[in-house]
Amino acid sequence: MAITEENPGYKWVGTRPIRPDGVEKVTGKARFGADLTLPGMLFGKVVRSPHAHARIVSIDTSAAESMEGVKAVITGADFPDLAANGAHPSEIDVANNAIARDKVLYEGHVVAAVAAITREQAEAAAKAVAVTYEALPHVLTVDEAMADDAPLLHEAMITKGVDPAPEEPSNIASKILHERGDLDQGFGEADEVVEREFTTKPVHQGYIEPHAAVADANSDGRAHIWCSSQGHFQMRAYTATVLGVSPGTLKVTAAEIGGGFGGKTVIYLEPLAVRLSQRAGRPVKLVMDRDEVFRATGPTSGTRIKVKMGVSKDGKITAAEVWMAYEAGAYAGSPVGAAGMTAIACYDIPNFVVEGYDVVCNKPRVAAYRAPGAPMAAFAVESVLDELARTIEMDPIDIRLTNAAVEGTQASYGPKFPRIGFVETLEAIKEHPNYTAELGPNQGRGVAAGFWFNAGMMSSATVHVNENGTATVVTGSPDIGGSRQSMALMAAEELGIPYESIKPIVADTETVGFNDVTGGSRVTLATGAAVVDACRLIVEDLRGRAAKTWDVEVDQVEWVDGQAQHVDGSQPPLSLNDLAAKSGRTGGPISANASLNSRGVGAGFSTQLCDVEVDPETGVTRVVRYLSAQDAGRAISPDYVEGQMQGGVVQGIGWALNEEYIHDTEGVMENPSFLDYRMPVASDLPMIDCAIVEVPNPAHPYGVRGVGEVGIVPPMAAVGNAIRDAVDVRMTELPMSPIKVLEALNENDG
Amino acid sequence: MAQVHFSAGLRELTGGAAQIEVDASTVRGLIKALDEMFPGIAARLSEASSVAIDGEIFTDAEYESVSENAEVHFLDIFQGG
Amino acid sequence: MPRTHITTVINGDETEFLTEDSTSLLNALRDEVGLTGAKEGCGTGDCGACSILVDDRVNCSCLMFAPEADGTAIVTVEGLADSGELHPLQQCFLEGAALQCGICTPGFLMAAKALLDKNPDPTETEIRYALAGNLCRCTGYDKIIRAVQEAAREMRGQ
Ligand code: FES
Ligand code: FES
Repeated sequence: MAITEENPGYKWVGTRPIRPDGVEKVTGKARFGADLTLPGMLFGKVVRSPHAHARIVSIDTSAAESMEGVKAVITGADFPDLAANGAHPSEIDVANNAIARDKVLYEGHVVAAVAAITREQAEAAAKAVAVTYEALPHVLTVDEAMADDAPLLHEAMITKGVDPAPEEPSNIASKILHERGDLDQGFGEADEVVEREFTTKPVHQGYIEPHAAVADANSDGRAHIWCSSQGHFQMRAYTATVLGVSPGTLKVTAAEIGGGFGGKTVIYLEPLAVRLSQRAGRPVKLVMDRDEVFRATGPTSGTRIKVKMGVSKDGKITAAEVWMAYEAGAYAGSPVGAAGMTAIACYDIPNFVVEGYDVVCNKPRVAAYRAPGAPMAAFAVESVLDELARTIEMDPIDIRLTNAAVEGTQASYGPKFPRIGFVETLEAIKEHPNYTAELGPNQGRGVAAGFWFNAGMMSSATVHVNENGTATVVTGSPDIGGSRQSMALMAAEELGIPYESIKPIVADTETVGFNDVTGGSRVTLATGAAVVDACRLIVEDLRGRAAKTWDVEVDQVEWVDGQAQHVDGSQPPLSLNDLAAKSGRTGGPISANASLNSRGVGAGFSTQLCDVEVDPETGVTRVVRYLSAQDAGRAISPDYVEGQMQGGVVQGIGWALNEEYIHDTEGVMENPSFLDYRMPVASDLPMIDCAIVEVPNPAHPYGVRGVGEVGIVPPMAAVGNAIRDAVDVRMTELPMSPIKVLEALNENDG
Repeated sequence: MAQVHFSAGLRELTGGAAQIEVDASTVRGLIKALDEMFPGIAARLSEASSVAIDGEIFTDAEYESVSENAEVHFLDIFQGG
Repeated sequence: MPRTHITTVINGDETEFLTEDSTSLLNALRDEVGLTGAKEGCGTGDCGACSILVDDRVNCSCLMFAPEADGTAIVTVEGLADSGELHPLQQCFLEGAALQCGICTPGFLMAAKALLDKNPDPTETEIRYALAGNLCRCTGYDKIIRAVQEAAREMRGQ
């Protein structure tokens, strides 16, 4: 079902052809991060800290260096001291996270790396690197880290965003605050007030492909890196920073990427691989094991969130008070800022205070994960809203409709919303048969909504027309979920030639202009806009060439259905094919570049409907029916829009019911495997129904908003609200595992 | 005059003011004018914030033009996934 | 270290390679034979990205030692298409957009082939349980299940 404001009559946009890179991916030919082998290539292995917090007293590499097959061993001392070079604090954090210098801040923190001829030799050498640590007391949660006498990760960390600035250092990196109206007055006007406190655990992005990088360094100081990342230009910049070299000395080729969800926007292995390759004089491949992926990459924050909201009898939210603390892991930078901006952004609330804290602790540094920061806040706010709706006996969609942000609403984070499609997603749920489907015993139904900004940022594209009238579309945005198809569909639409005549490719850092990361749901929006711009330049060029051929003014030439036509029909049309074949006569090869810093980002909203069945004996919750309605703006490639929606929902279901980082008291992760960190499998789930809502983004040539992220915002609350509906318990802790549901059921009985 | 709004977290820089009227035609000019009123605010604003002009969010807004009566918001920076 | 000489049939061709005894079959296929279609997602038998057929049974190649392959017949994703013509499962995965990043796809294709070879007309639940050893983080499984249903229909000639 699609709700479309107008029928634009596109020929290619909105269709479902086979993706351009599909055959290579179903035949095993596509080359992912770990698939490359170079002549003479060595295997690397990383040495990691077993301690959550410790001073590095000494590292003895001599035994490892003398082992058979070992060609290089490196430690933090092999990298420049960025602090001494006056680098920006955030760059110093990137470097120290890539390889520890004086202190390790989490279990899994890199302390050294080796390269050897075989995998086995590298593994043996890594074990032979002798590191002496002086263990330090650690903190694992926001509560521990914020305690008065907490041991400090960074002795000089002074909380930002507090006036006057605190004199004493702490583990609180920063405070954020948003407020409007008068809270007391707002709660005074409320007929009902609900207050709850929530906790969530760190969860991992869970991409199936572990991080991998191959580096081949030359003696002239240049190096070529192949890696699986969401943005090879960003990898180049970060790697250059850590190595202390100019980005121009590094060439980065994007391998096919086996999932990222935000977690591959940061570097881990790349600078290590380059340094090992430089030391060894041979190419080096580094690939993480799954337990390294869990212990040292990702995850997103564990949180504690308090929400108090008041509502009048007619369903109007009068006030909201939100307090939240987000784990950043070892270095400042949790997504609490975005959490603060998104927490209540779906609604028009006159009086609120949203306060948040970015808190460091001895866990891996958090990385972006789909709509970073928003899902946990939504879990809390949407759960409380559900309770309010129950208290005043109002339909959960209606209470959201009553308060929904619309065009012109002053968003809780500041500016007024332009045209948005939140109301349309609510209506799409209400009109769907799932909303009224019959529920069985122990089954319940939950609704929740979510908001995400989406991002624009910088993109470049080049379009070449080949001599046979086909076109190559070159971008620098790694294709993580079918974006080559969107690029090809938009190019086909613009040039008026068949989709199959377009070959979209992802080029390396030396072959195409700069592109920001594939993240923030931005590729179809921003890189897509660059492709559209480049195609429009091509069409201008082609009209000029036709005019030249016919000896007429260019305004006499129109571009229709892939051919130049004279406005009065006095000339036989010239197809792209004709013009391309004779391009030598009309000015040479036909190609165009476009680069932009995207404007016109379109906010994304999603509303979701979840039916669960809870087994009162075991506490096991099973999702039996699920519907996601999301405003895509325009679904260029509906197959992959649905794919993003379904994937986001299922990650959210995992977050809701199973997934969590478990650490022992020493700060060692106890479940760094897919066996013990349990992500949803096919047999856990029903089909995920999708309602694509299309309220075009007025600022994009095709109305695109971006679809990759907002889908993960509502599921935790949708599941929690469904459990509440099924068995009358309000779950306030994630994951809502069987044992916790049972405990809650027992408490209810008792 | 552009209406410039500050999130609560940025108000420590403006002596608590949530909204200020500034006469400027670009974001750069606007920040410069603000820095004259609140010395030191420019560094913090250009490093730590995105800017929304009439509802549209920019990450690098320095040279964006600001129309008469525009509504400008300085926002905390956020990252996508 | 002495290496063991292994003789197998891989994707229909007799293939020989040398390996250390402790090397996984997955690493031997990828590093020694040069077939990188099977992927390592975990190395512990929990994700199915490394699934291959060994004597017609689906196996996690990360859990097998390379020497165990001696004398067996192996099919990897590279051997699924018949001299360039895609297997119906491959075709249906493409048409049904059953892959996003595609890293899990080789494993799903092999596990699905093993299922359909045994059970040409599985129910949705049977498909979901047969593929429960394969993790996909991108798709939410919906389109994968539908693609397998469609391939089963086609292979039954419906
Ligand atoms: S790599 Fe073999 S099951 Fe995951
Ligand atoms: S398509 Fe990415 S893991 Fe399945």
